[in-house]
Amino acid sequence: MSGTANDRYYVPHGSHWPIVGSVGLLFLMVGVSSWLNGADAGFYIMLGGFAVIVFMLVGWFSAVIGESVNGLYNDQVDKSFRQGMFWFIFSEVMFFAAFFGALFYARNMSIPWLGGDSNNFFTNLLLWEGYESTWPSNGPGNIGGDYEVMGPFGLPLINTALLLTSSVTITIAHHALIAGKRAQLSTFLAMTFILGFVFVYLQGVEYVEAYEHLNLKMTSGIYGSTFFMLTGFHGMHVSIGAIMITVIWFRVLKGHFSAGNHFAFEAVAWYWHFVDVVWVGLYVFVYWM
Amino acid sequence: MNTSIIDAHGHDNDHSGDDHHGPAKGIGRWLYSTNHKDIGTMYLIFSLLMFFIGGTMAMVIRSELAIPGLQFVHPEFFNQMTTMHALIMVFGAVMPAFVGLANWMIPLMIGAPDMALPRMNNWSFWILPVAFGILLSTLFMPGGAPAGGWTMYPPLVLQTGDSFPFLIFSVHLMGLSSIMGAINVIVTIINMRAPNMSLLKMPMFVWTWLITAYLLIAVMPVLAGAVTMLLTDQFFGTSFFLAAGGGDPVLFQHIFWFFGHPEVYIMILPAFGVVSEIIPVFARKPLFGHDSMVYAASSIAFLSFIVWAHHMFTVGMPLTGQLFFMFTTMLIAVPTGVKVFNWVATMWRGAMTFETPMLFSLAFVFLFTIGGFSGLMLAIAPADVQYHDTYFVVAHFHYVLVPGSVFAIMGAAYFWLPKWTGHMYNEALGKVHFWTSAVFVNLTFFPMHFLGLAAMPRRIPDYSTQYADFNTVASIGAIGFGLSQLLFVWVLLTSKKGPKATAEVWDQPQGLEWTVPSPAPYHTFETPPSLSEMDSHH
Repeated sequence: MSGTANDRYYVPHGSHWPIVGSVGLLFLMVGVSSWLNGADAGFYIMLGGFAVIVFMLVGWFSAVIGESVNGLYNDQVDKSFRQGMFWFIFSEVMFFAAFFGALFYARNMSIPWLGGDSNNFFTNLLLWEGYESTWPSNGPGNIGGDYEVMGPFGLPLINTALLLTSSVTITIAHHALIAGKRAQLSTFLAMTFILGFVFVYLQGVEYVEAYEHLNLKMTSGIYGSTFFMLTGFHGMHVSIGAIMITVIWFRVLKGHFSAGNHFAFEAVAWYWHFVDVVWVGLYVFVYWM
Repeated sequence: MNTSIIDAHGHDNDHSGDDHHGPAKGIGRWLYSTNHKDIGTMYLIFSLLMFFIGGTMAMVIRSELAIPGLQFVHPEFFNQMTTMHALIMVFGAVMPAFVGLANWMIPLMIGAPDMALPRMNNWSFWILPVAFGILLSTLFMPGGAPAGGWTMYPPLVLQTGDSFPFLIFSVHLMGLSSIMGAINVIVTIINMRAPNMSLLKMPMFVWTWLITAYLLIAVMPVLAGAVTMLLTDQFFGTSFFLAAGGGDPVLFQHIFWFFGHPEVYIMILPAFGVVSEIIPVFARKPLFGHDSMVYAASSIAFLSFIVWAHHMFTVGMPLTGQLFFMFTTMLIAVPTGVKVFNWVATMWRGAMTFETPMLFSLAFVFLFTIGGFSGLMLAIAPADVQYHDTYFVVAHFHYVLVPGSVFAIMGAAYFWLPKWTGHMYNEALGKVHFWTSAVFVNLTFFPMHFLGLAAMPRRIPDYSTQYADFNTVASIGAIGFGLSQLLFVWVLLTSKKGPKATAEVWDQPQGLEWTVPSPAPYHTFETPPSLSEMDSHH
């Protein structure tokens, strides 16, 4: 692309999609809050809000894709999109950092302290006599009852292999895109999202296993809390990523993207690598160590 | 590729899009806007509205506290007022005001046609009315609005009534808005600067906002994580903040303040930027130590990540933790001192005049510094054990936020109003607004230092009679300060009646924003300005 901003800037015209998104958010948030407060109607308001947000996402992205395909964007817009995506992913990293922080705090601070570590001898003696700090733990109150730990070498190891492989396949797809090998591109992209969906499916199997056989639940103290919140938010991100890759795959089939112009592809690839890296952190600190 | 862009957007007369013409007609102009000036205006008006709603709550608080005993409100409602006042002022008034200023001024200052991601800019704004609509609606819910303090500490906050999930999700929405706004600011600054405007040639307001935006993206998601844990603890049986389950209520405080301390700088760094723009104009000298200001602001941003637990000295941290957070906190005084020194040095032997924006900036430098010094006192862990949760803390953070952030916002409003409206505001009324604000703000908050040192606790609707007189003084000051702000609104409303402003507005100000006409045309810098255009103004 030779287009630079030196001649003229591109400023998009107005759009009704943001305000549609805000209306969707209003219904989503009011709905889910009322539902949590015990109002059944809240559930349907939540679904309605969610539907509006999906409608907004489809409409907004379609509009942007249309403008991109029609060549309205220049290099500078491409750069803005790239930088925007980078900072978005950074914000996601920080969101996960909060939950990893909770995990590390529980393992290194609160659990040892409850067990009498540091200057907490009397905390242990008076409040939780007999509790010895260990990890994993559901706390001195044995919250959620006895449970078994999710070991690292069954499904989690398979899932690790799946995600790492998918990171390779999307990179092969990227190289194929640059080299103009469209068949290879669509094949490896398809492999990527299939691997992603299989991962999500296996994660579901793992959850069923945890709930039904291990008595490992979200309510299993701090171990269950961190386990399910971290893997749950990660699984949600894998699902979103896999859906995005599917969309990209359909766009590839429609002939979108060229060697020099494929921001959306790269953005999704970055996102995919991000969920991959988070998984490696999860595997090491939640399942393994 | 390039030619097709020129074809599509190269000429004002042949293009069906509306982006190079004047504003759209009707409500659509505001609902669908991609114009940084319109969106900036909406942010500023929204912020002013929230300033008055949050201010009304402050009036309730100060009326109740005017004399000992319970007078007007139920203690529970009092607690709702303190909680909501803080949430609204922090997230609804101060932060959106600075985003509004960023929207209006950053593109003008760096020679960009608009923000880099104009539609996302629109969404960032339009999430805010949803967020605050939800938050304010909690006042009418069973159990009332959140009353456990804006810091939302568990387990107290988990006793909130029906408004609890609404509180959590409105905080999520505020975060969403802030993150998108911050991404937009960073991308605009990095990607849309006029050719040849290197980073160190950027105006200080742009610099401080670049750093602020980085802080926002780094910590707003952490707040989202913290309140998500509150939500799951409440409704889904997790044990993040439950000691019996191996969690710890103190964990929430750590996560919250990991967000909360950078948040403090999110609310003051853009104020530093504003003051660094205003003082050189009215001192008629370039900003002293421009580059050192950049390094100081960056250092403050870095340090803000490693000082958070100074909010928690009484929570029972290990001694090493207290020492670490005490010393890192005191380190912040160094870069902050660099900034204060530079402002003073900028004025040294300048040909100073004292128009309203300058008055607000001077008061900022003086009064913010008082807030900084009381911050240093609070940083000393053994002393903080005495000050913690007293009115001394209230005095401290109101000094940095009201005559700090809010004065900077007002100074900025007076400074740039002629650029926005094309007319000079009423200078005499502006000065009256300044002097009444400056007198009353001190009358309100200075006595709180004494109350705090005498151990009057925060967030209590009644107090021992020994605290009576200073509280009465503070309440008189608060009512006076509140009424003074009506004058501000009057000045704003009548600002279009003033004489026409020139493009420069002030006496030979520096920077690209003064090269465009006043009012700034609906679209500016459709083609990048050349550096020579800038140089002619330096």
